[in-house]
Amino acid sequence: MSDATFSPGFAPTSIPVKEILPWALFGGLVLLIILYFVTAGQSLPGQDMIVHEFFHDGRHLLGFPCH
Amino acid sequence: MMGKLLMRGLIVGLLAGILAFPIARIFGGPPVESAIAIEEQARTAAGEAGEEPMVSRDVQRTVGLGAGLLAYGAAIGGILTLVTAFAVGRVGSISPRATAATVAGLGFISVVLVPGLIYPANPPAVGNPETIGYRTQMFGLTLLFSLAAMVLAVAAARRLSASFGSWNAAVAAAIGYLAVVAVIRLVMPYVNEVPDVFPAIVLWQFRVASLLIQAALWSVIAVGIGVLAEREFSLRGFGASRVKLAHR
Repeated sequence: MSDATFSPGFAPTSIPVKEILPWALFGGLVLLIILYFVTAGQSLPGQDMIVHEFFHDGRHLLGFPCH
Repeated sequence: MMGKLLMRGLIVGLLAGILAFPIARIFGGPPVESAIAIEEQARTAAGEAGEEPMVSRDVQRTVGLGAGLLAYGAAIGGILTLVTAFAVGRVGSISPRATAATVAGLGFISVVLVPGLIYPANPPAVGNPETIGYRTQMFGLTLLFSLAAMVLAVAAARRLSASFGSWNAAVAAAIGYLAVVAVIRLVMPYVNEVPDVFPAIVLWQFRVASLLIQAALWSVIAVGIGVLAEREFSLRGFGASRVKLAHR
């Protein structure tokens, strides 16, 4: 079966969804919260605009609306 | 194994953030400083007192910028790892490495490039603080529409590839995505808050720097996750079918 060597296809089986899902749910949620703080969050309780001010340069340079 | 993979994906994202820092300083620093100087000038000319920032400029341009890039890199690294883990073996017969590159490439187009073309990055001194909520909502909506259109386009390409072949399916999906982008452009409101006297060259430098930083960050993550995915899938023995085929 020398023609089998022509097979350019790489057909790996995939990771089952039920193995990915818990990580995607909890990890994904935490990562989205982090993204929110870096890109859009403004204030912390008691400290108005502190998040905005701290991430100021990164937020501008990553292209998110700042002020 | 999924937990370990995600952890490594986060580390890849942190590395991308570290690499993006000097690029941000070298290319992004000068236009940011120019913009702030222009802002100060305008304020002095108007007779307003300079405001004392809560976080000093020194902290903003060093620790603040670094922390922002690290956190953003880690978040994008983690999310792309999860999506790649799901996508390998489910988007046609391409290698884990190529899958990672495809996921990152399509992610970059739909999450960074398209929203950034519709609502381009602005330096300090550009943008009315009173409309920040509105602009954030419009940007977020654009990002969501664009990402949703990309997910639908990929799903459509998968379905069409059985009857029309993967190339034709991919071309059709790309046309579909671009058509949605055109509609988003028509529907979403234009925002122009660039002051008349703001130098065009500073705006251009800033926007190029912004794109450069994002492109560098996403590219490093794409390559890094590619390495992780190849390893993960060979450890699982998922590539074994190819080896068997080749030696049969």
